[in-house]
Amino acid sequence: MSPAARPRRPAGPLWSARLRSAAPALALFVGTLVVLEVALRLGRVPSFVLPAPSRVVLAMVEEWPTLGGAGLATFAGAVSGLVLGSVLAVLAAFASARWASVRRGALPLAVALNSMPIIVLAPVANAWFGLLNPFGTVGVVAVLVFFPVMINMLRGLLSATASQRELMASYASTRRSDLVRLQLPTALPFLFSALKVAAPLSLIGAIVKEYFGGPQDRLGQYITTKAALFQFPDAWAAIVLASCFGIALYLAVVLLERRAMPWHVSVRSAA
Amino acid sequence: MSTGPAATTPALRLRDVGMVFGAGGARPVTALDGIDLTVAPGELISLIGPSGCGKSTLLRLLADLLSPTSGELEVDGGTAAQARLGRRYGMVFQAATLLEWRKVAANIELPLEIMGVRKAERRARALEMLRLVGLAEFDDSYPWQLSGGMQQRVAIARALVFRPAILLMDEPFGALDEMTRERMQAELLQIWRESGTTIVFVTHSIPEAVFLSTRVVVMSPRPGRIADVIDVDLPRERDDDTREQQQFFELTTRVRDALRKVDAGSTVDPPVGA
Repeated sequence: MSPAARPRRPAGPLWSARLRSAAPALALFVGTLVVLEVALRLGRVPSFVLPAPSRVVLAMVEEWPTLGGAGLATFAGAVSGLVLGSVLAVLAAFASARWASVRRGALPLAVALNSMPIIVLAPVANAWFGLLNPFGTVGVVAVLVFFPVMINMLRGLLSATASQRELMASYASTRRSDLVRLQLPTALPFLFSALKVAAPLSLIGAIVKEYFGGPQDRLGQYITTKAALFQFPDAWAAIVLASCFGIALYLAVVLLERRAMPWHVSVRSAA
Repeated sequence: MSTGPAATTPALRLRDVGMVFGAGGARPVTALDGIDLTVAPGELISLIGPSGCGKSTLLRLLADLLSPTSGELEVDGGTAAQARLGRRYGMVFQAATLLEWRKVAANIELPLEIMGVRKAERRARALEMLRLVGLAEFDDSYPWQLSGGMQQRVAIARALVFRPAILLMDEPFGALDEMTRERMQAELLQIWRESGTTIVFVTHSIPEAVFLSTRVVVMSPRPGRIADVIDVDLPRERDDDTREQQQFFELTTRVRDALRKVDAGSTVDPPVGA
Protein backbone atom coordinates (compact mmCIF):
# COMPACT_ATOMS: atom_id res chain seq x y z
CA MET A 1 0.00 0.00 0.00
CA SER A 2 1.32 3.45 -0.88
CA PRO A 3 1.75 5.90 2.01
CA ALA A 4 -0.66 8.31 0.35
CA ALA A 5 -3.50 5.84 0.66
CA ARG A 6 -2.96 5.47 4.39
CA PRO A 7 -5.04 8.31 5.80
CA ARG A 8 -8.15 6.94 4.12
CA ARG A 9 -7.96 3.63 5.90
CA PRO A 10 -9.90 4.49 9.06
CA ALA A 11 -12.94 5.40 6.93
CA GLY A 12 -13.51 1.76 6.00
CA PRO A 13 -13.71 0.19 9.46
CA LEU A 14 -15.60 3.20 10.81
CA TRP A 15 -18.38 2.87 8.26
CA SER A 16 -18.61 -0.87 8.59
CA ALA A 17 -18.77 -0.45 12.37
CA ARG A 18 -21.58 2.05 12.00
CA LEU A 19 -23.39 -0.28 9.64
CA ARG A 20 -22.96 -3.13 12.08
CA SER A 21 -24.41 -1.10 14.94
CA ALA A 22 -27.37 -0.10 12.77
CA ALA A 23 -27.84 -3.63 11.41
CA PRO A 24 -30.42 -4.89 13.97
CA ALA A 25 -32.67 -1.89 13.45
CA LEU A 26 -32.33 -2.09 9.68
CA ALA A 27 -33.05 -5.82 9.66
CA LEU A 28 -36.14 -5.38 11.82
CA PHE A 29 -37.38 -2.56 9.60
CA VAL A 30 -36.90 -4.42 6.31
CA GLY A 31 -38.15 -7.67 7.84
CA THR A 32 -41.35 -6.04 9.07
CA LEU A 33 -41.98 -4.57 5.62
CA VAL A 34 -41.48 -7.94 3.94
CA VAL A 35 -43.68 -9.78 6.44
CA LEU A 36 -46.37 -7.09 6.09
CA GLU A 37 -46.21 -7.24 2.32
CA VAL A 38 -46.53 -11.05 2.19
CA ALA A 39 -49.19 -11.28 4.92
CA LEU A 40 -51.33 -8.47 3.50
CA ARG A 41 -51.21 -9.95 -0.02
CA LEU A 42 -51.77 -13.58 1.01
CA GLY A 43 -54.48 -12.63 3.49
CA ARG A 44 -56.18 -10.40 0.90
CA VAL A 45 -56.53 -7.71 3.50
CA PRO A 46 -58.51 -4.83 2.03
CA SER A 47 -56.50 -1.64 1.55
CA PHE A 48 -58.76 0.45 3.83
CA VAL A 49 -57.54 -1.71 6.70
CA LEU A 50 -53.88 -1.60 5.70
CA PRO A 51 -52.48 -1.32 2.19
CA ALA A 52 -49.39 -3.36 1.31
CA PRO A 53 -46.09 -1.42 1.60
CA SER A 54 -45.47 -1.71 -2.15
CA ARG A 55 -48.81 -0.05 -2.88
CA VAL A 56 -47.99 2.79 -0.53
CA VAL A 57 -44.65 3.33 -2.27
CA LEU A 58 -46.40 3.28 -5.63
CA ALA A 59 -48.99 5.79 -4.41
CA MET A 60 -46.22 8.03 -3.10
CA VAL A 61 -44.55 8.08 -6.54
CA GLU A 62 -47.80 8.68 -8.41
CA GLU A 63 -49.04 11.34 -6.01
CA TRP A 64 -45.70 13.08 -5.58
CA PRO A 65 -46.61 16.25 -7.54
CA THR A 66 -49.39 17.11 -5.06
CA LEU A 67 -48.12 15.18 -2.04
CA GLY A 68 -44.60 16.65 -2.12
CA GLY A 69 -45.90 20.21 -2.19
CA ALA A 70 -48.43 19.52 0.59
CA GLY A 71 -45.73 17.89 2.71
CA LEU A 72 -43.34 20.80 2.29
CA ALA A 73 -46.05 23.34 3.11
CA THR A 74 -47.04 21.48 6.29
CA PHE A 75 -43.38 21.02 7.20
CA ALA A 76 -42.77 24.73 6.75
CA GLY A 77 -45.71 25.53 9.04
CA ALA A 78 -44.47 23.09 11.68
CA VAL A 79 -40.91 24.42 11.60
CA SER A 80 -42.07 28.06 11.73
CA GLY A 81 -44.26 27.26 14.72
CA LEU A 82 -41.44 25.32 16.37
CA VAL A 83 -38.99 28.20 15.94
CA LEU A 84 -41.48 30.87 17.03
CA GLY A 85 -42.69 28.88 20.07
CA SER A 86 -39.16 27.97 21.14
CA VAL A 87 -37.85 31.52 20.85
CA LEU A 88 -40.77 32.85 22.91
CA ALA A 89 -40.29 30.03 25.42
CA VAL A 90 -36.60 30.78 25.83
CA LEU A 91 -37.32 34.48 26.34
CA ALA A 92 -40.01 33.64 28.91
CA ALA A 93 -37.56 31.32 30.66
CA PHE A 94 -34.97 34.14 30.80
CA ALA A 95 -37.51 36.44 32.42
CA SER A 96 -38.62 33.78 34.89
CA ALA A 97 -35.05 32.90 35.81
CA ARG A 98 -34.15 36.56 36.29
CA TRP A 99 -37.13 37.67 38.40
CA ALA A 100 -38.48 35.41 41.12
CA SER A 101 -41.80 37.31 41.04
CA VAL A 102 -42.26 36.49 37.34
CA ARG A 103 -41.39 32.89 38.12
CA ARG A 104 -43.89 32.66 40.97
CA GLY A 105 -46.58 34.27 38.85
CA ALA A 106 -45.97 32.55 35.54
CA LEU A 107 -45.01 29.04 36.52
CA PRO A 108 -48.35 27.85 38.00
CA LEU A 109 -50.07 29.34 34.98
CA ALA A 110 -47.66 27.58 32.64
CA VAL A 111 -48.18 24.26 34.37
CA ALA A 112 -51.97 24.68 34.30
CA LEU A 113 -51.97 25.59 30.61
CA ASN A 114 -49.62 22.72 29.91
CA SER A 115 -52.14 20.27 31.38
CA MET A 116 -54.70 21.58 28.90
CA PRO A 117 -54.76 19.59 25.64
CA ILE A 118 -53.51 22.48 23.51
CA ILE A 119 -54.63 20.72 20.34
CA VAL A 120 -58.24 21.60 21.15
CA LEU A 121 -57.22 25.08 20.07
CA ALA A 122 -57.04 23.84 16.47
CA PRO A 123 -60.68 24.46 15.50
CA VAL A 124 -60.66 27.72 17.46
CA ALA A 125 -57.55 28.90 15.63
CA ASN A 126 -59.46 28.69 12.39
CA ALA A 127 -62.05 31.05 13.80
CA TRP A 128 -59.33 33.42 15.04
CA PHE A 129 -57.11 33.61 12.00
CA GLY A 130 -59.37 32.43 9.17
CA LEU A 131 -59.16 29.09 7.40
CA LEU A 132 -56.48 30.02 4.90
CA ASN A 133 -54.20 32.11 7.11
CA PRO A 134 -50.96 30.14 7.56
CA PHE A 135 -50.50 31.74 10.97
CA GLY A 136 -53.30 29.52 12.27
CA THR A 137 -51.01 26.49 12.01
CA VAL A 138 -47.90 28.39 13.11
CA GLY A 139 -49.76 29.72 16.14
CA VAL A 140 -51.13 26.34 17.25
CA VAL A 141 -47.70 24.72 16.91
CA ALA A 142 -46.01 27.60 18.75
CA VAL A 143 -48.41 27.29 21.69
CA LEU A 144 -47.97 23.51 21.67
CA VAL A 145 -44.17 23.58 21.93
CA PHE A 146 -43.97 26.65 24.20
CA PHE A 147 -44.46 24.92 27.54
CA PRO A 148 -42.13 21.94 27.33
CA VAL A 149 -39.39 24.25 26.05
CA MET A 150 -39.99 27.00 28.60
CA ILE A 151 -40.20 24.74 31.64
CA ASN A 152 -37.07 22.79 30.70
CA MET A 153 -35.12 25.91 29.77
CA LEU A 154 -36.06 27.53 33.07
CA ARG A 155 -34.96 24.46 34.99
CA GLY A 156 -31.69 24.52 33.06
CA LEU A 157 -31.07 28.19 33.73
CA LEU A 158 -31.50 27.56 37.46
CA SER A 159 -29.48 24.35 37.63
CA ALA A 160 -25.97 25.72 38.18
CA THR A 161 -24.49 24.28 41.39
CA ALA A 162 -23.93 26.31 44.55
CA SER A 163 -20.13 26.19 44.09
CA GLN A 164 -20.43 27.37 40.50
CA ARG A 165 -22.50 30.35 41.62
CA GLU A 166 -20.06 31.08 44.46
CA LEU A 167 -17.20 30.88 42.00
CA MET A 168 -18.79 33.49 39.76
CA ALA A 169 -19.60 35.66 42.78
CA SER A 170 -15.97 35.45 43.91
CA TYR A 171 -14.99 37.03 40.57
CA ALA A 172 -17.58 39.78 41.11
CA SER A 173 -19.22 38.59 37.89
CA THR A 174 -22.19 40.65 36.72
CA ARG A 175 -25.66 39.21 36.16
CA ARG A 176 -25.18 39.43 32.42
CA SER A 177 -21.83 37.67 32.63
CA ASP A 178 -23.39 34.97 34.86
CA LEU A 179 -26.09 34.44 32.26
CA VAL A 180 -23.68 34.13 29.34
CA ARG A 181 -20.85 32.24 31.04
CA LEU A 182 -22.71 30.00 33.48
CA GLN A 183 -26.48 29.82 33.12
CA LEU A 184 -26.78 29.50 29.35
CA PRO A 185 -24.22 26.69 28.97
CA THR A 186 -25.80 24.87 31.93
CA ALA A 187 -29.22 25.20 30.30
CA LEU A 188 -28.19 23.86 26.88
CA PRO A 189 -28.64 20.13 27.68
CA PHE A 190 -32.10 20.91 29.10
CA LEU A 191 -33.01 22.98 26.04
CA PHE A 192 -32.01 20.23 23.65
CA SER A 193 -33.94 17.51 25.50
CA ALA A 194 -36.97 19.78 25.28
CA LEU A 195 -36.40 20.42 21.57
CA LYS A 196 -36.16 16.68 20.93
CA VAL A 197 -39.66 16.36 22.35
CA ALA A 198 -40.93 19.54 20.70
CA ALA A 199 -39.70 18.73 17.17
CA PRO A 200 -42.00 15.73 16.50
CA LEU A 201 -44.71 17.48 18.52
CA SER A 202 -44.63 20.42 16.10
CA LEU A 203 -45.42 18.16 13.16
CA ILE A 204 -48.26 16.46 15.04
CA GLY A 205 -49.63 19.87 15.93
CA ALA A 206 -49.46 21.14 12.37
CA ILE A 207 -51.19 18.10 10.86
CA VAL A 208 -53.92 17.88 13.48
CA LYS A 209 -54.58 21.60 13.08
CA GLU A 210 -54.99 20.99 9.34
CA TYR A 211 -57.52 18.19 9.95
CA PHE A 212 -59.88 20.87 11.21
CA GLY A 213 -59.67 22.87 8.04
CA GLY A 214 -57.23 24.94 6.08
CA PRO A 215 -55.81 25.15 2.59
CA GLN A 216 -56.26 21.96 0.53
CA ASP A 217 -52.58 21.65 -0.34
CA ARG A 218 -51.53 20.61 3.18
CA LEU A 219 -50.87 17.15 4.60
CA GLY A 220 -53.72 17.22 7.12
CA GLN A 221 -56.34 18.12 4.52
CA TYR A 222 -54.77 15.69 2.04
CA ILE A 223 -55.08 12.79 4.49
CA THR A 224 -58.69 13.55 5.49
CA THR A 225 -59.71 13.99 1.85
CA LYS A 226 -58.05 10.80 0.66
CA ALA A 227 -59.49 8.81 3.58
CA ALA A 228 -62.97 10.13 2.81
CA LEU A 229 -62.53 8.99 -0.81
CA PHE A 230 -61.32 5.55 0.33
CA GLN A 231 -57.95 6.14 -1.37
CA PHE A 232 -56.06 4.62 1.50
CA PRO A 233 -52.73 3.94 -0.21
CA ASP A 234 -52.58 7.72 -0.90
CA ALA A 235 -53.45 8.51 2.72
CA TRP A 236 -50.75 6.12 3.91
CA ALA A 237 -48.24 7.66 1.55
CA ALA A 238 -48.96 11.00 3.24
CA ILE A 239 -48.58 9.41 6.69
CA VAL A 240 -45.20 7.93 5.72
CA LEU A 241 -44.09 11.29 4.35
CA ALA A 242 -45.14 12.99 7.60
CA SER A 243 -43.09 10.45 9.57
CA CYS A 244 -40.07 11.13 7.37
CA PHE A 245 -40.37 14.86 8.03
CA GLY A 246 -40.71 14.15 11.76
CA ILE A 247 -37.60 12.00 11.77
CA ALA A 248 -35.70 14.59 9.72
CA LEU A 249 -36.63 17.33 12.17
CA TYR A 250 -35.55 15.21 15.13
CA LEU A 251 -32.22 14.41 13.46
CA ALA A 252 -31.69 18.09 12.73
CA VAL A 253 -32.08 18.80 16.45
CA VAL A 254 -29.60 16.01 17.30
CA LEU A 255 -27.05 17.40 14.82
CA LEU A 256 -27.49 20.89 16.23
CA GLU A 257 -27.01 19.48 19.72
CA ARG A 258 -23.72 17.84 18.76
CA ARG A 259 -22.46 21.07 17.25
CA ALA A 260 -23.60 23.16 20.22
CA MET A 261 -22.29 21.03 23.09
CA PRO A 262 -19.52 18.62 22.09
CA TRP A 263 -18.45 18.57 25.74
CA HIS A 264 -21.64 16.99 27.10
CA VAL A 265 -21.79 13.38 28.35
CA SER A 266 -24.68 12.47 26.07
CA VAL A 267 -22.79 13.70 23.01
CA ARG A 268 -19.34 12.35 23.78
CA SER A 269 -20.64 8.86 24.59
CA ALA A 270 -22.63 8.84 21.35
CA ALA A 271 -19.59 9.84 19.28
CA MET B 1 8.80 38.21 53.54
CA SER B 2 7.76 38.08 57.18
CA THR B 3 5.80 35.47 59.03
CA GLY B 4 3.64 36.05 62.06
CA PRO B 5 2.14 39.39 63.05
CA ALA B 6 3.95 42.20 61.27
CA ALA B 7 3.90 45.96 61.24
CA THR B 8 2.45 46.08 57.70
CA THR B 9 -1.28 46.03 56.94
CA PRO B 10 -2.53 42.54 57.80
CA ALA B 11 -3.87 40.44 54.95
CA LEU B 12 -6.84 39.50 57.11
CA ARG B 13 -8.14 40.86 60.38
CA LEU B 14 -11.21 39.58 62.20
CA ARG B 15 -12.44 41.27 65.36
CA ASP B 16 -15.12 39.58 67.45
CA VAL B 17 -16.76 38.18 64.31
CA GLY B 18 -20.01 36.26 64.82
CA MET B 19 -22.37 34.60 62.40
CA VAL B 20 -25.92 33.58 63.25
CA PHE B 21 -28.04 31.82 60.63
CA GLY B 22 -31.77 32.45 60.81
CA ALA B 23 -31.31 35.31 63.29
CA GLY B 24 -34.71 36.53 64.46
CA GLY B 25 -36.31 33.26 63.37
CA ALA B 26 -37.65 30.50 65.58
CA ARG B 27 -34.41 28.52 65.73
CA PRO B 28 -31.37 30.68 65.13
CA VAL B 29 -28.10 28.75 64.71
CA THR B 30 -24.90 30.35 65.90
CA ALA B 31 -22.27 29.20 63.42
CA LEU B 32 -19.44 31.45 64.62
CA ASP B 33 -18.90 33.36 67.82
CA GLY B 34 -16.23 35.80 68.93
CA ILE B 35 -13.67 35.08 66.23
CA ASP B 36 -10.50 37.15 66.61
CA LEU B 37 -7.75 36.47 64.12
CA THR B 38 -5.06 38.46 62.37
CA VAL B 39 -3.16 37.04 59.41
CA ALA B 40 -0.01 38.70 58.08
CA PRO B 41 0.67 38.96 54.34
CA GLY B 42 2.39 35.82 53.04
CA GLU B 43 1.17 33.54 55.83
CA LEU B 44 -0.40 30.15 55.18
CA ILE B 45 -3.08 29.57 57.79
CA SER B 46 -5.00 26.32 58.23
CA LEU B 47 -8.45 26.17 59.76
CA ILE B 48 -9.09 22.76 61.27
CA GLY B 49 -11.92 21.41 63.34
CA PRO B 50 -14.74 18.88 63.45
CA SER B 51 -17.71 19.15 61.08
CA GLY B 52 -20.00 21.99 62.02
CA CYS B 53 -17.29 24.13 63.60
CA GLY B 54 -17.96 26.86 61.04
CA LYS B 55 -14.64 26.78 59.22
CA SER B 56 -16.26 26.85 55.80
CA THR B 57 -18.57 29.60 57.00
CA LEU B 58 -15.55 31.59 58.14
CA LEU B 59 -13.99 31.21 54.70
CA ARG B 60 -17.20 32.43 53.07
CA LEU B 61 -17.24 35.48 55.33
CA LEU B 62 -13.72 36.34 54.18
CA ALA B 63 -14.87 35.81 50.58
CA ASP B 64 -17.89 38.09 51.05
CA LEU B 65 -20.14 35.25 49.96
CA LEU B 66 -21.78 35.66 53.39
CA SER B 67 -22.00 38.70 55.66
CA PRO B 68 -21.23 38.42 59.38
CA THR B 69 -24.03 39.24 61.80
CA SER B 70 -21.59 40.85 64.23
CA GLY B 71 -18.01 41.99 64.49
CA GLU B 72 -15.56 43.53 62.05
CA LEU B 73 -13.81 41.93 59.16
CA GLU B 74 -10.96 43.33 57.12
CA VAL B 75 -9.58 41.73 53.97
CA ASP B 76 -6.44 43.13 52.32
CA GLY B 77 -6.84 46.46 54.08
CA GLY B 78 -10.50 47.00 53.15
CA THR B 79 -13.90 45.45 53.69
CA ALA B 80 -14.62 41.93 52.45
CA ALA B 81 -16.96 43.39 49.82
CA GLN B 82 -14.23 45.70 48.55
CA ALA B 83 -11.85 42.75 48.36
CA ARG B 84 -14.33 40.71 46.35
CA LEU B 85 -15.27 43.53 43.98
CA GLY B 86 -11.58 44.38 43.60
CA ARG B 87 -10.77 40.72 42.87
CA ARG B 88 -8.26 40.62 45.70
CA TYR B 89 -8.73 36.92 46.45
CA GLY B 90 -9.03 33.65 44.54
CA MET B 91 -11.10 30.74 45.77
CA VAL B 92 -10.68 26.96 45.45
CA PHE B 93 -13.49 24.60 46.43
CA GLN B 94 -13.50 20.95 47.48
CA ALA B 95 -14.87 20.04 44.05
CA ALA B 96 -12.75 21.48 41.26
CA THR B 97 -15.85 23.30 39.97
CA LEU B 98 -14.49 23.55 36.46
CA LEU B 99 -17.00 24.60 33.83
CA GLU B 100 -17.36 21.38 31.85
CA TRP B 101 -18.16 23.13 28.54
CA ARG B 102 -14.84 24.99 28.59
CA LYS B 103 -11.54 23.43 27.72
CA VAL B 104 -8.82 23.56 30.36
CA ALA B 105 -7.16 26.76 29.12
CA ALA B 106 -10.54 28.48 28.76
CA ASN B 107 -11.41 27.49 32.33
CA ILE B 108 -8.27 29.19 33.60
CA GLU B 109 -9.05 32.23 31.46
CA LEU B 110 -12.53 32.56 33.01
CA PRO B 111 -11.67 35.12 35.72
CA LEU B 112 -9.53 37.15 33.31
CA GLU B 113 -12.37 37.11 30.80
CA ILE B 114 -14.80 38.42 33.42
CA MET B 115 -12.26 41.13 34.30
CA GLY B 116 -12.04 42.18 30.66
CA VAL B 117 -8.45 41.16 29.94
CA ARG B 118 -7.59 40.97 26.23
CA LYS B 119 -7.71 37.57 24.57
CA ALA B 120 -4.03 37.28 23.68
CA GLU B 121 -2.93 38.16 27.21
CA ARG B 122 -5.55 35.83 28.73
CA ARG B 123 -4.26 32.92 26.71
CA ALA B 124 -0.62 33.68 27.51
CA ARG B 125 -1.30 33.88 31.24
CA ALA B 126 -3.42 30.73 31.23
CA LEU B 127 -0.65 28.79 29.53
CA GLU B 128 1.89 30.19 31.99
CA MET B 129 -0.28 29.00 34.91
CA LEU B 130 -0.69 25.58 33.28
CA ARG B 131 3.08 25.27 33.17
CA LEU B 132 3.25 26.25 36.85
CA VAL B 133 0.88 23.44 37.85
CA GLY B 134 2.57 20.97 35.47
CA LEU B 135 -0.27 20.57 32.98
CA ALA B 136 1.20 22.45 30.01
CA GLU B 137 0.13 19.85 27.47
CA PHE B 138 -3.53 19.73 28.60
CA ASP B 139 -4.66 23.22 27.56
CA ASP B 140 -6.84 21.82 24.76
CA SER B 141 -8.46 19.03 26.84
CA TYR B 142 -11.90 19.06 28.36
CA PRO B 143 -12.10 18.78 32.18
CA TRP B 144 -13.66 15.29 31.99
CA GLN B 145 -10.50 14.04 30.31
CA LEU B 146 -8.44 14.85 33.44
CA SER B 147 -8.11 12.94 36.72
CA GLY B 148 -9.42 14.41 39.96
CA GLY B 149 -5.98 15.63 41.02
CA MET B 150 -5.34 17.24 37.65
CA GLN B 151 -8.73 18.97 37.76
CA GLN B 152 -7.93 20.39 41.18
CA ARG B 153 -4.59 21.68 39.81
CA VAL B 154 -6.52 23.46 37.08
CA ALA B 155 -8.76 24.97 39.75
CA ILE B 156 -5.69 26.25 41.62
CA ALA B 157 -4.26 27.67 38.40
CA ARG B 158 -7.58 29.40 37.77
CA ALA B 159 -7.58 30.90 41.27
CA LEU B 160 -4.04 32.24 40.86
CA VAL B 161 -4.16 33.43 37.24
CA PHE B 162 -5.24 36.97 38.13
CA ARG B 163 -2.54 37.18 40.83
CA PRO B 164 -4.79 37.73 43.84
CA ALA B 165 -3.20 38.77 47.12
CA ILE B 166 -5.10 36.06 48.99
CA LEU B 167 -6.03 32.47 48.21
CA LEU B 168 -9.02 30.95 50.03
CA MET B 169 -9.12 27.15 49.87
CA ASP B 170 -12.05 25.08 51.15
CA GLU B 171 -10.84 21.49 51.66
CA PRO B 172 -9.33 21.53 48.18
CA PHE B 173 -7.64 18.13 48.49
CA GLY B 174 -10.43 16.45 50.47
CA ALA B 175 -11.62 14.30 47.58
CA LEU B 176 -8.17 13.09 46.50
CA ASP B 177 -6.40 9.85 47.34
CA GLU B 178 -3.57 9.99 49.88
CA MET B 179 -0.66 9.86 47.41
CA THR B 180 -2.10 12.52 45.11
CA ARG B 181 -2.93 14.56 48.15
CA GLU B 182 0.63 14.63 49.47
CA ARG B 183 1.98 15.52 46.04
CA MET B 184 -0.53 18.35 45.74
CA GLN B 185 0.46 19.65 49.18
CA ALA B 186 4.11 19.84 48.13
CA GLU B 187 3.10 21.61 44.91
CA LEU B 188 0.93 24.08 46.79
CA LEU B 189 3.82 24.91 49.12
CA GLN B 190 6.05 25.57 46.14
CA ILE B 191 3.46 27.84 44.53
CA TRP B 192 3.02 29.62 47.86
CA ARG B 193 6.77 30.22 48.23
CA GLU B 194 7.07 31.46 44.65
CA SER B 195 3.99 33.69 44.62
CA GLY B 196 4.04 35.08 48.16
CA THR B 197 0.25 34.74 48.27
CA THR B 198 -1.50 34.70 51.64
CA ILE B 199 -3.37 31.43 51.91
CA VAL B 200 -6.26 30.39 54.16
CA PHE B 201 -6.67 26.63 53.95
CA VAL B 202 -9.66 24.77 55.42
CA THR B 203 -8.99 21.09 56.11
CA HIS B 204 -10.06 18.02 58.06
CA SER B 205 -6.59 16.51 58.01
CA ILE B 206 -4.12 17.07 60.86
CA PRO B 207 -0.92 16.15 58.93
CA GLU B 208 -2.08 18.29 56.03
CA ALA B 209 -2.62 21.29 58.30
CA VAL B 210 0.80 20.91 59.93
CA PHE B 211 2.69 20.20 56.72
CA LEU B 212 1.31 23.26 54.93
CA SER B 213 0.87 25.95 57.51
CA THR B 214 2.71 28.68 59.30
CA ARG B 215 -0.08 28.53 61.88
CA VAL B 216 -2.88 26.05 62.54
CA VAL B 217 -6.13 27.48 63.85
CA VAL B 218 -8.07 24.82 65.77
CA MET B 219 -11.79 25.46 65.94
CA SER B 220 -14.50 24.09 68.21
CA PRO B 221 -18.09 23.41 67.14
CA ARG B 222 -21.53 24.76 68.18
CA PRO B 223 -20.90 27.62 68.28
CA GLY B 224 -17.76 27.81 66.15
CA ARG B 225 -14.95 29.36 68.16
CA ILE B 226 -11.20 29.49 67.90
CA ALA B 227 -10.05 26.97 70.50
CA ASP B 228 -6.32 27.17 69.89
CA VAL B 229 -3.74 28.61 67.52
CA ILE B 230 -0.62 26.51 67.06
CA ASP B 231 2.51 28.04 65.52
CA VAL B 232 4.22 25.67 63.11
CA ASP B 233 7.93 26.38 63.48
CA LEU B 234 9.02 24.04 60.70
CA PRO B 235 11.31 25.60 58.08
CA ARG B 236 9.56 27.10 55.04
CA GLU B 237 11.26 24.58 52.77
CA ARG B 238 9.38 21.35 53.43
CA ASP B 239 9.41 18.05 51.58
CA ASP B 240 8.47 14.42 52.11
CA ASP B 241 11.23 14.03 54.71
CA THR B 242 9.56 16.72 56.79
CA ARG B 243 6.66 14.35 57.39
CA GLU B 244 8.99 11.91 59.11
CA GLN B 245 10.75 14.37 61.42
CA GLN B 246 10.28 14.33 65.18
CA GLN B 247 9.20 17.98 65.16
CA PHE B 248 6.46 17.21 62.62
CA PHE B 249 5.26 14.36 64.78
CA GLU B 250 5.18 16.58 67.89
CA LEU B 251 3.22 19.27 66.08
CA THR B 252 0.61 16.84 64.75
CA THR B 253 0.27 15.50 68.30
CA ARG B 254 -0.32 19.00 69.64
CA VAL B 255 -2.99 19.68 67.01
CA ARG B 256 -4.57 16.29 67.72
CA ASP B 257 -4.66 16.97 71.47
CA ALA B 258 -6.25 20.35 70.86
CA LEU B 259 -8.88 18.73 68.65
CA ARG B 260 -9.57 16.03 71.28
CA LYS B 261 -10.19 18.67 73.92
CA VAL B 262 -12.54 20.42 71.52
CA ASP B 263 -14.33 17.17 70.83
CA ALA B 264 -14.68 16.34 74.50
CA GLY B 265 -16.41 19.69 74.86
CA SER B 266 -14.13 20.76 77.68
CA THR B 267 -12.92 24.30 78.10
CA VAL B 268 -9.72 24.65 76.21
CA ASP B 269 -6.86 26.14 78.19
CA PRO B 270 -4.03 27.91 76.48
CA PRO B 271 -1.42 25.35 75.50
CA VAL B 272 1.15 24.62 78.18
CA GLY B 273 4.70 25.21 76.89
CA ALA B 274 5.75 22.08 75.00
